[in-house]
Amino acid sequence: MLTLLLIFFPLAAALLLFVFRPQNAKVVALIAALIELIISLVIVTQFDKTGAPQFSIDIPWITSLGLSLSVAIDGISLLLVLLTTVLVPFIILSSFSHTYEKPSTFYGLILTMQMALVGVFVARDGLLFYLFWEVALIPIYFICLIWGGEDRGRITFKFFVYTLAGSLFMLVGLVYLYFQTPGSHTFAIQALYEAGRSLSATEQSLLFWALFVAFAIKMPVFPFHTWQPDTYTVSPVQGTMLLSGIMLKMGIYGVIRWLIPVVPGGVAQWGMTAVIISVIGIIYASCIAIVQKDFKRLIAYSSIAHVGLISAGIFTLSAIGIQGAMIQMLSHGIIVFALFYIIEIIFDRTKTRTLSELGGIRNVAPILTTVFVITMLGSVALPFTSGFVGEFLLINAVFQYQAALGAIAGVTIILGAVYMLRTFQKSMSGETNNRTSSFVDLTGQEKLVLYPIVILIILIGVYPTPLLEISESAVNTLLHSITEVTASAN
Amino acid sequence: MVSIDLLVSLVPLFPLLGFLFVALNTRRLTQGVTAFIACGSVLFSFIISIALFVTLLGMPEGDRSISVTLFNWIAAGDFSASISFLVDPLSSLFLLIITGVGFLIHVYSIGYMHHDEGFNRFFSYLNLFVFFMLLLVMGANYLLMFVGWEGVGLCSYLLIGFWFKNQDYNNAANKAFIMNRIGDLGMLLGVILIFVHFGSIQYTEVFSKATSIDTTTLTLITILLFVGAMGKSAQLPLYTWLPDAMAGPTPVSALIHAATMVTAGVYMVCRNNLLYALSPATLELIVIVGLATALFAATIAIAQNDIKKVLAYSTVSQLGLMFLALGLGAFTSGIFHMATHAFFKALLFLGAGSVIHALSGEQDIRNMGGLKKYLPVTYVTFFAGVLAISGIPPFAGFFSKDEILASAFAHNKIVWAVAVIASLLTAFYMFRLFFLTFFGKERASKHAMEHIHESPKSITIPLIALAILSVVGGFMGVPEVLGGSHWLSHYLHPVFASSHDLIQTHHLSHTTEYILMGTVVAFTIVTIVIAYTMYIGKEQVPAAEGQPVGGLQRTLANKYYVDEIYNAIIVKPLYWISGVLDAVIERLGIDKLVNAFGGSVVEGSKITRLLQNGGIGYYIFVMVIGIVIILAYAVIR
Repeated sequence: MLTLLLIFFPLAAALLLFVFRPQNAKVVALIAALIELIISLVIVTQFDKTGAPQFSIDIPWITSLGLSLSVAIDGISLLLVLLTTVLVPFIILSSFSHTYEKPSTFYGLILTMQMALVGVFVARDGLLFYLFWEVALIPIYFICLIWGGEDRGRITFKFFVYTLAGSLFMLVGLVYLYFQTPGSHTFAIQALYEAGRSLSATEQSLLFWALFVAFAIKMPVFPFHTWQPDTYTVSPVQGTMLLSGIMLKMGIYGVIRWLIPVVPGGVAQWGMTAVIISVIGIIYASCIAIVQKDFKRLIAYSSIAHVGLISAGIFTLSAIGIQGAMIQMLSHGIIVFALFYIIEIIFDRTKTRTLSELGGIRNVAPILTTVFVITMLGSVALPFTSGFVGEFLLINAVFQYQAALGAIAGVTIILGAVYMLRTFQKSMSGETNNRTSSFVDLTGQEKLVLYPIVILIILIGVYPTPLLEISESAVNTLLHSITEVTASAN
Repeated sequence: MVSIDLLVSLVPLFPLLGFLFVALNTRRLTQGVTAFIACGSVLFSFIISIALFVTLLGMPEGDRSISVTLFNWIAAGDFSASISFLVDPLSSLFLLIITGVGFLIHVYSIGYMHHDEGFNRFFSYLNLFVFFMLLLVMGANYLLMFVGWEGVGLCSYLLIGFWFKNQDYNNAANKAFIMNRIGDLGMLLGVILIFVHFGSIQYTEVFSKATSIDTTTLTLITILLFVGAMGKSAQLPLYTWLPDAMAGPTPVSALIHAATMVTAGVYMVCRNNLLYALSPATLELIVIVGLATALFAATIAIAQNDIKKVLAYSTVSQLGLMFLALGLGAFTSGIFHMATHAFFKALLFLGAGSVIHALSGEQDIRNMGGLKKYLPVTYVTFFAGVLAISGIPPFAGFFSKDEILASAFAHNKIVWAVAVIASLLTAFYMFRLFFLTFFGKERASKHAMEHIHESPKSITIPLIALAILSVVGGFMGVPEVLGGSHWLSHYLHPVFASSHDLIQTHHLSHTTEYILMGTVVAFTIVTIVIAYTMYIGKEQVPAAEGQPVGGLQRTLANKYYVDEIYNAIIVKPLYWISGVLDAVIERLGIDKLVNAFGGSVVEGSKITRLLQNGGIGYYIFVMVIGIVIILAYAVIR
């Protein structure tokens, strides 16, 4: 029952907002998000780290379609659920100083989004997964469209069509798999796994690409990324946070939960290609980040670089790589959230995101500076920050997979320093100018958002063990199952 | 009796607590409280380091090693790294130097930073630096060493850009961080390669398996690790950040960019002496890099006019000598020179700081001169440092440098000759600096001369302490030939024992050693006399900016244009390529392709536009219907 509560409580809260349109929608939304966080923490306390998928529920829904409301939580799901339930309250809180028009709709959409995200991470039925996947697109689309910046119509349309087109590939793939299941057909995860694994090499190849394109667009991985910088830049900041902090992890999760176990043969065939594409993307996006003038756009590209490394690590099909990906997803989520919030804070006070127009903020805002520095260090993967744990494991995995690729992927720690230090210098150091001279340091509400995040960045960096332990057994199970398949195939 | 484990953990803990306390209360603490906490925490660590040192000495020679494991840090798949410390003769020696010299420089900073509004921030960074430096040398595995390694890099970055209003300083800070990161990537890959081949990154396990690993692998590992050392210890070709790092406050130059952080590479190679001893090719590479750096940087130093820049290039050059020693397999000599260098170079930097302080910020030696009567303590202590670095017996530098030169001679006469030239250049530029600063006409501006004063006690006492160490520090390694017992080599013997068996050392006869020593000292004295005639006899002053100078001198003054070359072949191309990727591939290539694809779909569907009303809701509706139809078909079939 806890799982259902976890999924549908945010939806209930969202409906409440949509229907009753309370005066202080943001407070209601925050309370709902906090309750959701508590629910997820209850699940954490009851979670058995060594066990199989838990808290499972399997209710036939539309039996004629083979669709059932089948959900369960294993370590991989739990970490991403946690990321979602931890970040959403912060995202809501980060909007408190801003007054959005139609607040009930705005916060209702955020909570709807949360429902869909949690659903994606716990679904154990192919069609259910697909439904949540698509439902997640709708609220974020409206958030960007209604509250976005300049040229939002064109950009959000592109975003919508692009990701929708990707998902259709996935749908085709899933339906194809469905027809391969025995008997009266089902979308149940285990049946799909078995169906996929029994396919011929060619079929697995095709299916690999159908699913890969869908997930790659969502992450996004080079060269499927061009919707992302524009969308991140034009979205209201809470939208950007949802997209970059949580939603892109849907794509990565999709690879881990669906792509790899469904078509291990396809992955064996195309894994190297995927790693190469991802590594190219790391360098490509890092280089482009170096020359960005807009702060938000720069972080958007840096996010593509970080995600490229995660993707490369996953396709090495090693425990180090996937564990690294898990921890890096969390780390990237909180760091990118903090970075976008810092950008918003600076934009709010100076009305600009152009780096050359900023500068000298350090003179007047020492607290913001400290927060920025720690977040930046997390982003460039300095040891004892969360970013290091993930990136070290990922580079380690890619290096073991193919040493030259590992070395190239490792260049990210140099290029990351190049663009992040430059950004920090341009925005924060030097003398103040007329835009920044009256800059006000962090307010209490802003501290309330950023302090916990900064503490988390360091805490996860120094003691990541509890998180790594959560997903360990699920990752091992996954790898064990696919090695079994490849072993029996030989 | 406190447990030894606790003592070990307390060493890095005190500076960490000091950092946290000061950093979290930056705006509340008075200068006095900050100074008390920051200096006190390092002093505590120093006292405990002494206790650990004594404890080690009390143990039988073979078991002089204490390991402490605190907790499991990262574990994934078959990889695991713990937070664990190792205190053995090698790390214990570094502990003493880091906390001892570190404490003196902390005390010095109280006086030096007194007028700075960032006083508290400065001390918090300094404490954080000591913490990471201690982790670096105490870590019992490669990853923890890497934590310290990057952590000190961070502090270096923060302190070089300490005066952040000046964008030149910020550029210097960024350059230091990025250039170190290039080295760090090499080191990180080296650590991963170690894990791949040894299945562990714990020192003890790695060393115990070292002989069973093939030479090619070991060579690759040691070279990758050494790339890290090139960055951190400013060796060719990754040295250009260190001279720029002088943008930071002078105590930082003394502590981080002379005495401790930059010797991390020396520590790393010595810690891995067994791996290096098993990879002769890497040792040869280190000899070449070290020797080239020693000579190259020394030639630049003779044409610099900024007092700190001279010392910076001198540091690069002296580090080159240390690596030369390591490459020759003379690990003890490398450590010995690291220790004496820490004393005299910290002294020289702090002395330079005292001069700069006295002259209200003047750093150009052309605008100094005749300062000895105004700054008597600085003058005398600085003189001790100059004698030590020049290798005049019995000052500290003499013994350690002599050892390196002797090993070089035994290895290869050309290597020896080049090392001697570098060493003579050192004597020359140091006396040039010394004479121009303290002797001759008073060339400082009127304004500066009005305010001139000897520095306060918090500055002069550390100078005196370091001067004493620079005079007597060499006695920890008096060679047999001079009637000593070389305490240091006995002390470090357990650390280097296994690699000493692997590396062939040619023993020099006592007569040869006497001749070598005599020759070098004689040449050094001749060099000093030349410097004396030039700068005191003829009262030469280096040409002012803009005045025509010879081609060679211009090249030297411009540091062989290396910065310009790097800019032209690395920095500019990187930005150019990035710009092209952004403008051409990204905007004109991929994005246009995507839009064209989308556009053609739109064009093609104009025929069916009756079905379209432009509303997203409608599209979703159609999509859902579509899904239902497909699924319905599946069911009916």
